[in-house]
Amino acid sequence: MSAHTHVDGQLPHEPEKATLEGRNKVLGFWLFLGGETVLFGTLFAAFLALRNQVGDGNPTSQELFDLGLVGLATFILLTSSLTSVFSIQAMHKNQVKPMLIWLAVTVLLGASFLGLEIYEFFHYVHMGHGYTTSAFSSSFYTLVGFHGAHVAFGVTWITILIFQVLKKGLNTVTAPKLYVAGMYWHFIDVVWVFIFTVVYLMGKVA
Amino acid sequence: MAHGHTVKRYSGLMDWLTTVDHKKIGILYLIAGGFFFLLGGLEAILIRLQLWKPLNDFVSPDTYNELLTMHGTTMIFLAAMPLLFALMNAIVPLQIGARDVAFPFVNALGFWTFFFGGVLLNVSWFTGGAPDAGWTSYVPLASTTYSQNHGVDYYVLGLQISGIGSLIGGINFLVTIINMRAPGMSFMRMPMFTWTAFITSALILFAFPALTVGLAALMFDRLFSANFFEVANGGNVVLWEHIFWIFGHPEVYILILPAFGIISEVISTFARKRLFGYSSMVFATMLIGFLGFMVWAHHMFTTGLGPIANSLFSIATMLIAVPTGIKIFNWLFTMWGGSIRFTAANLFAVGFVPTFVMGGVTGVMLAAAPADFQYHDSYFVVAHFHYVIVGGLVMGIFAGLHYWWPKMFGRILNEGLGKLTFWTFFIGFHLTFFVQHFLGLLGMQRRIYTYQDGLDFNLMNLISTVGAILMGIGTIVFLVNVVVTWAKPKNAANDPWEDGRTLEWSIPSPAPEYNFVQTPLVRGYDALWKEKMDGNKGMTPAEPIGPIHMPSPSILPFVMSLGLFVTGLGLMYNFVFAGIGLLITFGCMFLRSVFDDHGFHIEPEELQDKGVKA
Repeated sequence: MSAHTHVDGQLPHEPEKATLEGRNKVLGFWLFLGGETVLFGTLFAAFLALRNQVGDGNPTSQELFDLGLVGLATFILLTSSLTSVFSIQAMHKNQVKPMLIWLAVTVLLGASFLGLEIYEFFHYVHMGHGYTTSAFSSSFYTLVGFHGAHVAFGVTWITILIFQVLKKGLNTVTAPKLYVAGMYWHFIDVVWVFIFTVVYLMGKVA
Repeated sequence: MAHGHTVKRYSGLMDWLTTVDHKKIGILYLIAGGFFFLLGGLEAILIRLQLWKPLNDFVSPDTYNELLTMHGTTMIFLAAMPLLFALMNAIVPLQIGARDVAFPFVNALGFWTFFFGGVLLNVSWFTGGAPDAGWTSYVPLASTTYSQNHGVDYYVLGLQISGIGSLIGGINFLVTIINMRAPGMSFMRMPMFTWTAFITSALILFAFPALTVGLAALMFDRLFSANFFEVANGGNVVLWEHIFWIFGHPEVYILILPAFGIISEVISTFARKRLFGYSSMVFATMLIGFLGFMVWAHHMFTTGLGPIANSLFSIATMLIAVPTGIKIFNWLFTMWGGSIRFTAANLFAVGFVPTFVMGGVTGVMLAAAPADFQYHDSYFVVAHFHYVIVGGLVMGIFAGLHYWWPKMFGRILNEGLGKLTFWTFFIGFHLTFFVQHFLGLLGMQRRIYTYQDGLDFNLMNLISTVGAILMGIGTIVFLVNVVVTWAKPKNAANDPWEDGRTLEWSIPSPAPEYNFVQTPLVRGYDALWKEKMDGNKGMTPAEPIGPIHMPSPSILPFVMSLGLFVTGLGLMYNFVFAGIGLLITFGCMFLRSVFDDHGFHIEPEELQDKGVKA
């Protein structure tokens, strides 16, 4: 039951679920992601209700969105999900160094996604699509911005975890943290898939 | 290595600020929730004093709007939910044979975010006006066009912060109940109160994020000039109604389900009978929880969604009467043939049953969409929801407090004063709200600060006000009871009602810090009752005596929530402070992540039957 009863040097096969604390953390995080699903679901609903309220003279979604740029961002974020899987696989094999490298790659990809998104938002504001322009613009920036804030939080979180593992090593305390951070990262990715479809593809075609 | 950690143990105020013990957090919820209950009750009495005669000018129309808004908001979010969380914290881990909740630190964080959110909301009284757009805060009334002061900002931010507490509290109870049950405590052996806490937590998890988004959208509209609800720029005011009630309707089941659980425990204990139809009770609870998400638009029948939508939501709403009826009959059949003891707790429980049925009947009346056009926004609605919330939930809380008080504090509440609380509160309640059905049918509108003379409203409003004062007296009697009981020696037995059926009555009153010296082995439903019937003295232990691992106390939950409080104020007045507040909160999160909590161990020789000091 205590957090540190493993035999030194031997990590259990699934270190994230080796302790009750770890199992609690993983289950609690699944439930948290359930709540997050409702959160983003509501944001999507609000966006869908308001996305045609562009207002006179404001740029429409067809004029704004550049699928090339968004496609690149999507590619980067989806790849980062893959690299986070690699890091968890390395963790399960108790290979700390590859695990850290893949985590670092994930962070870099997440940060470049954020960079692209910030550039995108600047570009839109420049085109006259500000936060207060219309109901469409408010709901667009809120939905995509909530996602962006989640990415920023994830990038910071995983960075902190990398330094923790460097200091404390991989053990039954740090393993659940890495595992739930991985779950979080996948969740962000899934949300983006929906954003890409509902916001960008439907906005371009509609 | 395993036992090497020494942890600083605080005492006095610091103990309460840093505690992660679910029993102490339960007491904190009780004190804070009780305080807000008194505040909301005072607001209610001021409302009734304004309405005791026609064309009264006891309070101004503006003040009346503030009182009305704050009464509803305070009672729902800051009194009812925390009082339920108080009982859930104090009792659920004991009922499943756990030493603590799954996330003790998060549990403390949940309390402090609720507390600071509630304080933030009430700070508005002193800074130029409380929220005044009703507890539902409908737009455009709540938009900057019509609510120009900071009142609604306090509503949005205060509820957002306290909502975090509810959400993480819900997750905590879900994980606790799924992962931390004692050996043998299968799901279908769990006490009914634990079951309802479980379903309520699931509802919290899936309902509160919708409110989070609604409040965020309203906040962005008000503080950053977004256009979610600004019709001139393409916003949509009906969107707010949908989002609010997608949260708001599950919210009323979040409130009432744990009360159902309390009533089940109390009635079964004092009828000295196994709860009738236990598995149908569990199923009915799940069904109510599920249907609770399908009926939100019955709050919007007059919005104009059309006959198809209204019919569907009307039928779905009426369906809820079926599982609720199952519960009512199960309680009646539990009492049937039992040797019933009318303790104060049981009086509240028995009084609950007919009262709640009356609220349920008016609920079905309101669910008929065409008829609702007549009832809508009248005192009939006010009577209905007070019958289910006060007559249901508050009676349930009173029953639970009288029942579990010895387990929380080691002292039995005075039975005579308890019965006096019941009779004054019960009679006062029916005086206040029964007549409001008829006021509504006569056409008296809710939420309006006064009424004309000569409309036949006068006498019934007077009766209602007298009833409200009687309820106030009942509450004061309860407070007197608490103080009187405090002065008595702490001598409650493990099983003070002598008919305890569930695990919490197998351990000392109040429960020691570690709850169970040895985790019990559960051999059936009503675990303790089963051992009693088999002639055993207590529970069979499932493990040898050994050192018990405990989590360390921490000040971080308090500081983290304080940071959110500063952020809330900063968003209204000065963004620099908002940034500082966020830095405090995220800084605490960083510290929590970086410094591991190894906890500490209580060694076998330290184990003794001493309880938490209250």
